[in-house]
Amino acid sequence: MSAIASPIPPLGMTGRVTQARVILSEWTKLHSLRSTRWSLLAAVVLTIGLPAIFAAVTSSHWGSMSPHERADRHPLDIALAGINLSQLAVGVLGVLVITGEYATGMIRASFTAVPKRLPVLWAKIVVFAVVSFLLMLPSVLIAFVVSQAILSRHDILQISLSHPGVTRSVIGGAVYVMLFGVFCLALGAIVRNTAGGIATFVGVFFVIPPLLNVFPVSWQNAINPWIPNSAGRSIFQLTHSSHSLSPVGGLAVFLAYIAFAVAVAAVLLVRRDT
Amino acid sequence: MIEAAGLTKFYGDKRAVDDLSFTVKPGMVTGFLGPNGSGKSTTMRLALSLDAPTSGDVTVNGKHYRDHRSPLHEVGALLEARSVHTGRSAYYHLLALAQTHGIGRSRVKELIDLVGLHDVARKRAGTFSLGMGQRLGIATALLGDPHTLLLDEPVNGLDPEGIHWMRNLLKTLAAEGRTVFVSSHLMSEMALTADHLIVIGRGKLIADTSTAEFVRRASGSVVRVRSPQAARLAALLSASGRAVTPIEGELLEVSGATPDSVGETAAANGIVLHELTLVQASLEEAFMELTRDDVEFKAAAA
Repeated sequence: MSAIASPIPPLGMTGRVTQARVILSEWTKLHSLRSTRWSLLAAVVLTIGLPAIFAAVTSSHWGSMSPHERADRHPLDIALAGINLSQLAVGVLGVLVITGEYATGMIRASFTAVPKRLPVLWAKIVVFAVVSFLLMLPSVLIAFVVSQAILSRHDILQISLSHPGVTRSVIGGAVYVMLFGVFCLALGAIVRNTAGGIATFVGVFFVIPPLLNVFPVSWQNAINPWIPNSAGRSIFQLTHSSHSLSPVGGLAVFLAYIAFAVAVAAVLLVRRDT
Repeated sequence: MIEAAGLTKFYGDKRAVDDLSFTVKPGMVTGFLGPNGSGKSTTMRLALSLDAPTSGDVTVNGKHYRDHRSPLHEVGALLEARSVHTGRSAYYHLLALAQTHGIGRSRVKELIDLVGLHDVARKRAGTFSLGMGQRLGIATALLGDPHTLLLDEPVNGLDPEGIHWMRNLLKTLAAEGRTVFVSSHLMSEMALTADHLIVIGRGKLIADTSTAEFVRRASGSVVRVRSPQAARLAALLSASGRAVTPIEGELLEVSGATPDSVGETAAANGIVLHELTLVQASLEEAFMELTRDDVEFKAAAA
């Protein structure tokens, strides 16, 4: 036997699977795909670009606006306008982080390396949450500064981060997009299919809310604050009425939805055949 | 060492694996043979804890695969359908898997060179040919320098040079004392590579035997003999317990005999022979014969 040279150089080590190692692995997986870079670039550009455009349009048309129209323009709404679209890019990426593995068969390689499976789900959530927050936080801050600079000719549209609730709203915007992405990742893990995952989050966040209009107003006021979309948006809205949750309340409800989705995903991940 | 005991798997009502029991021993190449759809890939997925058995059990190196703390060091797997993200390069694919076990970049580069993917390591795996994909799969399997290898149809899509390389690789791995379990639907390929064969059909075990024994059983069973005194020879051979089938005129086929014994019988009785041939059933025929009743999708009879 010794006559045959080993074709495989010996490894000389035996490493165990640890959560930290799986997190590093998931970071490698995330940054080594083009779809990640494009989705995140789109999210950053939309977060900063839309407020800049809205601010420029508002500024140039300010003179011709009616008092009623002017009263409707809030500088913080302008600064955070990009979130409405950038959350779509982040949500799609959140779904893809897991469904991309099912679509290509990569999931089998992942679960062969980490047969306990759950460390893969936790690592995906941690890496995706950290990366999206670290990109969204500077993006919303830049969006705030840029839109304020463009609106600088109009004193009434100037606000500062030291105003009550403004800093919380701006940071809350980044928190909301991050949590939205995690919610979508969990939906992707449950559905295991890219189109299905995207359809599910679009349904939950963008189709169901307007459908509530068929109900009597009293019902709407009772139900609306508690649906995922409204609860999540309470995190970054500056003003809160009696028909919306407080920022902390909204955060708590939103986190509860996410925890439920992640728990369902985790149970299915361990139980299902691959 | 891979041990299956009463392994059974249903997908809905469909029985993919049916009460399979076998042992795959270290130090040799064990071929896992069966027609398409016979349950080979399912058995491999069960062994890797990718699917859960409906009943029965399969362990690798003494434990359920899921319970190994360093699975890539225990088992290297090449799965049939490609298991690579098409958008990721070969290098990052291997690196991501290596990192789960704390295996470093130098090992990843070493294996990329070993399987001959150096020039394309930074290209997206989706652009790879079938053969390049198989080489990436082999690199994945060998990443952790595992004791046991589970390879599903590893020669699929390889060119002749690649097939030769794969055969030598498998033999060398086994010679190093590793357990090498290789599935294939090609009997001829397994005859060249495997020391032992486990044959299944429709999820059931059909044969568990050494390749030499399988080959011996498959060939030499029929002797073709031509003689002007065919009728007399047939009577003599039948009398000594051989099954004789008259083919046409002077031609007979004798089963359960060797050319030596037929020739000696003829000589002892002064019978003239014009032809004496051992009819070699090909391994492929033997395999088809063995699995005839167990083929999942038969071609419709004409």
